[in-house]
Amino acid sequence: MSTKSKSIQNKSSDERLRKVSKLKVLLNRPELGALGGSILVFIFFGIIAGDTGMFSAYGTINFLEVSANLGIIAVAAALLMIGGEFDLSVGSMIGFAGICIAIPAIYWGWPLWMSILFAFSMAVLVGYANGILVVRTGLPSFIVTLAMLFILRGATLAITRLITGRTQVPGLRVLVEDDPIAWIFSADAFQFVFTWLGSLGLIELRQDGTPLATGIPASVIWWIAMTIFATWLLMKTRYGNWIFASGGDKLGARNVGVPVGRVKISLFIGTAVAATVYACVQVLDAGSADTMRGFLKELEAIVAAVVGGCLLTGGYGSAIGAAFGALIFGTVSMGIYYTDVDTDWFKVFLGVMMLIAVIFNNYIRRRVTENK
Amino acid sequence: MSDNLIEFNNISKFFGSVIALKDVTMHIKRGQIMCLLGDNGAGKSTLIKTLSGVHKPDEGEIIVEGKKTIFDSPRDALDMGIATVYQDLALVSLMSVTRNFFMGREPTKGFGPFKTFDINRANTIASERMGQIGIDVRDPSQAVGTMSGGERQCLAISRAIYFGAKVLILDEPTSALGVHQASVVLKYIVKAAASGLGVILITHNVHHAYPVGNSFTILNRGKSMGTFEKKNLSREKLLGMMAGGEELDKLEVELKEIDRIAKN
Repeated sequence: MSTKSKSIQNKSSDERLRKVSKLKVLLNRPELGALGGSILVFIFFGIIAGDTGMFSAYGTINFLEVSANLGIIAVAAALLMIGGEFDLSVGSMIGFAGICIAIPAIYWGWPLWMSILFAFSMAVLVGYANGILVVRTGLPSFIVTLAMLFILRGATLAITRLITGRTQVPGLRVLVEDDPIAWIFSADAFQFVFTWLGSLGLIELRQDGTPLATGIPASVIWWIAMTIFATWLLMKTRYGNWIFASGGDKLGARNVGVPVGRVKISLFIGTAVAATVYACVQVLDAGSADTMRGFLKELEAIVAAVVGGCLLTGGYGSAIGAAFGALIFGTVSMGIYYTDVDTDWFKVFLGVMMLIAVIFNNYIRRRVTENK
Repeated sequence: MSDNLIEFNNISKFFGSVIALKDVTMHIKRGQIMCLLGDNGAGKSTLIKTLSGVHKPDEGEIIVEGKKTIFDSPRDALDMGIATVYQDLALVSLMSVTRNFFMGREPTKGFGPFKTFDINRANTIASERMGQIGIDVRDPSQAVGTMSGGERQCLAISRAIYFGAKVLILDEPTSALGVHQASVVLKYIVKAAASGLGVILITHNVHHAYPVGNSFTILNRGKSMGTFEKKNLSREKLLGMMAGGEELDKLEVELKEIDRIAKN
């Protein structure tokens, strides 16, 4: 005991040793900005729109659902960005996946679950194509996936019009009910809690006595589950270390035996699969697929990831941060309807927020790497 | 069997019509530091890459612990215990000391899909190893970017040793460092050799090489000018041999000539 305290004393008398406070450690976390931003946003809307119903059960579910949809793709985009690459084809992949579900189910008579599996296998294929192209050619992923953005969107439109003569494929709702796996993407969770809260009169009810918010949407569950999984992957597994290494220094990582190519390809598959999860949730909820679904979502996902602390240059960031980035996005995009502010200003807010985040992240990166 | 850890006998390497290396012979013993000196373009890089398995030699043989060997890849060389620390160090400055130390070779715990990176054990090993070389890693989760150049160099060397290096090839480990930092790194290299490793130290700085080296191989225009034991070689002679001596004499004459013409 005495020797231990002595060694601690010795250590603290080391002239090179500086006490680092808990606060400073926290300040160096990548997700700090998004966490702080979320708190600010909630305080802001709490004051401005606290009595408007925005934070009622129904209102909360509403903005959580918007956040969740974006969060699903933002978390995957964040992993890829930490791995040093972008995927601009996420938005188009959402539209493409929607069609991959709807056309086989409606026009070819496939069972819905088979169409869903088909969409996921197409996603793996697209992700693999993106990944192998980037890894093999060494071209910037920005260019490769930009090409994929147009290819997928164009193909989605062309194929849909060729087969259906239209750009929308409705009629899926009836198929959802009897399907063995569709509930994974469409069922509300914890319905009994909401029914119970409704029976107590704690949340708003419809005319027929059922609660207005029927449960937690599947997308929210997916969002939370994917964030937890991605964080576990990043922080607790070898693969996570490889993601950081691949994005931080490709050559260095390769020199010490990290399979950089495989890591990147798997991350591209990850974003395409996440886009398909997004598509499943949307298509099964709306009961129809639309060729324009997911338009511009790739950019929103990047905004969320960057606001969440990911560096555009790779090697640094967090999945939790991206999830909070999506939360900010969802809260503001829905919350703005509860205020007197014209909703046109939302995009302005988005841009400003991204700018602030990038400047803040840059500062954090300097702190982390320059011994301050 | 000789006491040589590794022998390179009459190694030649050609790139098309260019002779990059010709008949280079080097022997590295356990516990010894062999300095490889040479000016820019002398073939040092090619030689390192041949030693570490990036290039295959066109002529000659590599003998590791008495056995003739061919390296098909850097991985092969690494598996035989020949580790190369390149100038870029293969460190990611945004990642923590621990994550860098175990990059690509992370210890795991658990089973199957739930196998996780054993970060606690990794932290302990990393700070222990760094502590052994006198670098107090205050917090093994701090980013490598916060470390000094010398500390980074030591981290890269220490990592190579931890993962079973018998022969260390160090590419210009002191070139980007100040006087103090360089001496820290050189001290560590001497310690590493004393523990039984063979070290090939590549440098063009005679003042760094001479104090630590046991023998010196001088490379000039792709050819070895021979290997010299320290006892047969003075610092001045070594300096003279490193292309510099003769060239500088010539330069002096030429400068005088220019000066004379200018005056007239």
